[in-house]
Amino acid sequence: MTYTTLTDGDREAMLETIGVSSIEELFRDIPAGVRLDRPLELGDPLTEQEILERLEELAARNVHAGEELSFVGAGVYDHYVPAVVDYILQRGEFLTAYTPYQPEMSQGVLQAIFEYQTVICELTGMDVSNASGYDGTTVAADACYIAKHATGRSKIVLAETVNPQVRQVVRTYAPGFGMEVVDVPHREGVTDPEEFRAATEGAACAIFQQPNFFGCLEPAPELAAAANDAEALAVAHVDPMSLGVLEAPGNYGCAIAIGEGQGAGNPLSFGGPHYGFIAAREEFTRRMPGRIVGETTDVEGRRGYVLTLQTREQHIRREKATSNITTNQTLLALGGLIYLCWLGPEGLREVGETCMALAEHAKEQLDLPLLFPEQTTFKEFGVRVGRQAQEAIRQARTQGVNPGYPLGRDYPGMDDAILVAVTERRTPDDIERLVEALAG
Amino acid sequence: MKLVFEKSRPGRRAGRIPRPDGLSSPSVPEDLRRERPARLPEIPEIELVRHFTKLTTRNFGIDTGFYPLGSCTMKYNPRVNERVAALPGFRDLHPHQDEDGAQGALELMHELQEILAEVTGLDAVSLQPAAGSQGELTGLMLMRAYFADRGELEQRRTIVVADTAHGTNPASVTMAGYELQKVATDPRGNIDLDDLRSKVDERTAGLMLTNPSTLGLFDEHIEQVSKIFHDVGALLYYDGANLNAVCGISRPGDMGFDIVHINLHKTFSQPHGGGGPGGGPIAVRERLEPYLPVPAVVRDGNRFRLDYDRPKSIGKVRAFTGPFGVFVRSYAFILAWGRELRGMSEDAVLNANYLLAKLKEAYDLPFDRLCMHEFVLSARNLKKAHGISALDVAKRLMDFDFHPPTVYFPLIVPEALMIEPTETETKETLDAFADAMLEIAREAGEDPEVVKGAPHDRPVGRLDEVKAAKRAIVRYRFEDHPDLSAEPATSAQVEAPKGA
Repeated sequence: MTYTTLTDGDREAMLETIGVSSIEELFRDIPAGVRLDRPLELGDPLTEQEILERLEELAARNVHAGEELSFVGAGVYDHYVPAVVDYILQRGEFLTAYTPYQPEMSQGVLQAIFEYQTVICELTGMDVSNASGYDGTTVAADACYIAKHATGRSKIVLAETVNPQVRQVVRTYAPGFGMEVVDVPHREGVTDPEEFRAATEGAACAIFQQPNFFGCLEPAPELAAAANDAEALAVAHVDPMSLGVLEAPGNYGCAIAIGEGQGAGNPLSFGGPHYGFIAAREEFTRRMPGRIVGETTDVEGRRGYVLTLQTREQHIRREKATSNITTNQTLLALGGLIYLCWLGPEGLREVGETCMALAEHAKEQLDLPLLFPEQTTFKEFGVRVGRQAQEAIRQARTQGVNPGYPLGRDYPGMDDAILVAVTERRTPDDIERLVEALAG
Repeated sequence: MKLVFEKSRPGRRAGRIPRPDGLSSPSVPEDLRRERPARLPEIPEIELVRHFTKLTTRNFGIDTGFYPLGSCTMKYNPRVNERVAALPGFRDLHPHQDEDGAQGALELMHELQEILAEVTGLDAVSLQPAAGSQGELTGLMLMRAYFADRGELEQRRTIVVADTAHGTNPASVTMAGYELQKVATDPRGNIDLDDLRSKVDERTAGLMLTNPSTLGLFDEHIEQVSKIFHDVGALLYYDGANLNAVCGISRPGDMGFDIVHINLHKTFSQPHGGGGPGGGPIAVRERLEPYLPVPAVVRDGNRFRLDYDRPKSIGKVRAFTGPFGVFVRSYAFILAWGRELRGMSEDAVLNANYLLAKLKEAYDLPFDRLCMHEFVLSARNLKKAHGISALDVAKRLMDFDFHPPTVYFPLIVPEALMIEPTETETKETLDAFADAMLEIAREAGEDPEVVKGAPHDRPVGRLDEVKAAKRAIVRYRFEDHPDLSAEPATSAQVEAPKGA
């Protein structure tokens, strides 16, 4: 009963004001047949101290990234999150606010979202970003919905090198959209532009990932050109942490850029909550899903920010809305904004270069065949460990090293392959330990 | 206030990255290399902290004051929940960690599933959906899969939605590839049964309903409603936005619903974060369990694991197993209440009825019944007599340091003011809010200009929403950024739903 505020005296006085004799009477409109006639079968109420003890006990049964040396990535990455991010996000004025429907009360979060939108547009080379999507998977489905309405077509082309979870989510959404999915297989770890071109004929959109799920750099400008030639929307799924080093999708002809924001400013948190981002060229502004903040002025001409272009949205357009999304990931997106401001343009380039240099160093040090030796990679790469990957991982973990993600889970013929992620939090010494652990 | 970009100066920076010695510089093929850096702000850390601190002073949360935004359940967010979510064993746990290195996380999720099954009166739970509206869409996908399995996918094309529904319901219907069938509300605020009977047949896939409705009223005919759908083989979906009214009192499963989503950021106190994150787990009856998203979190004796082997599953609706940090907070919140959770809903309903009793003389009450956890008033009396709209009332409340209620929703009530106090507010707060509402009603007659000119002491006054939509300045444009203050105002505000 920790969080109640009423005393018995309050309750009595309030019932009298209402004109009923008991709390029970307040529920008289609920038919007897659907009332619960027993207490809920839940545990004893706990005090704060007991809650903490219970949760500490559960947390202690997890092995977190501070307890073993981790090279696990595959879509979620152990990048450093600075203290300022945690500090700002814990301020109650941001943490405990709802969606900023009343702008005079919410200029803080509205301006912050406007700044977030600007940062995402700058990173991706786009004109418009929304206030965030759920994660890096659902924004891919959002892009397909935009493409369906923008082109009147129903085919989704999906490179096999896109994160398998993104592909699964697109497949789950597609039937409801009345769309179908065509896969383009990889060739030695990357997508072949000619195969991509053939598949995009008559497509609504064509989605590829840069760097792709294997960590390899795709011939992204050629893939975008193939989609553009077919008048399909070119959609790039990008890692924000790569965009100080790698070209922005808007600068090589993409219509839409999407991605998982987690690596930029969010903790691992067992897969969520994180933020997905979606940004597009100006012509798609009125087809975007979800909240968008715009600049305006008040009655005295002062600059201010409001939720805008709301006639796209479900609360006004209802069944004709561009999406059903309401609650998004604003707080996590603000974490991204603060982090990227903390890094600045130099920092973003440096973190990308450092990850890439460390990953190259790891490739050199590991005495193991690379999965795709011909390809340039960013911060992740596949290696063949010469036995079942699951077994190699289990063994390495006994030495306190988690070497990566077993690719056989998603790709046939890769049962002996591990996807190794190297962020700026790893050191050359850590890499030495990885080498030893994988040597067996 | 300046944008963070306007505070940027070349050469300044906050964060630095360790750069190990002796590593060769990576080479990126020229055609893939970034040509011009993103214009991120260049700002020292102290200015960064001051910038965002200043922004927080221009924002209002539950921690700041009373926030009776209807259908949003803005209750206190206990700080201990933040502390436990930040435990390294949760915060720094990689989602691809081996199951044996994530037993605590899996146990927490499994236990939360069981709690939600008990609270909703249903059999199986998936925690995966990221928010309420994604829970809705997931529920409709389950209907598709269920009917496809029975060979009825082509036959059953329509989903029935009440005219009081949140906009997410019809939007989800379209995204799931169904056709919308709207049903009217009767004079007592229940679903109009005659209208309903005329719209439900063997072409119907299901119903989406919020109960209590967005009017804050429990549907007195819910048993008949449920029978009408089940008699034609259709399914019932419960929009759990208003579950805070009925925990431990009446369960959606017992009402006849087959699929339920739960808004963890409403009923179970996940902080809303200025727009998110949320959590939208779904609970279902046993016959729908095979279609739930993968992976399922299952228990084998004392061990927990992720089960991907669900051949009839709809697939995945987001990454991994859902927004885990949200689960930690909501689980901690539920532990505090335990089996006394009913007390939460009792006080929520008591607080709402108390406010309603104090306000119903001064404002129109479209449905004169006891309410559940929220109620809807109309300012149409003030509009007619004095030209004061619901929007004016909302703006004037800010001068009393209250966040306004939801306005212009539900759509069937003109000049709607939808008020949800929640169980965590004191009687004194409710009294002060009621006094402010009564004062504004009085001002409407005596001093309408002070109401129309509100708010008077916020960082900005009423904002020109038409200009915002017309100009669509949705990002900073640096040296090309327009000066909107130099452009003529339209002074227009859109009387559209704000909240819910």
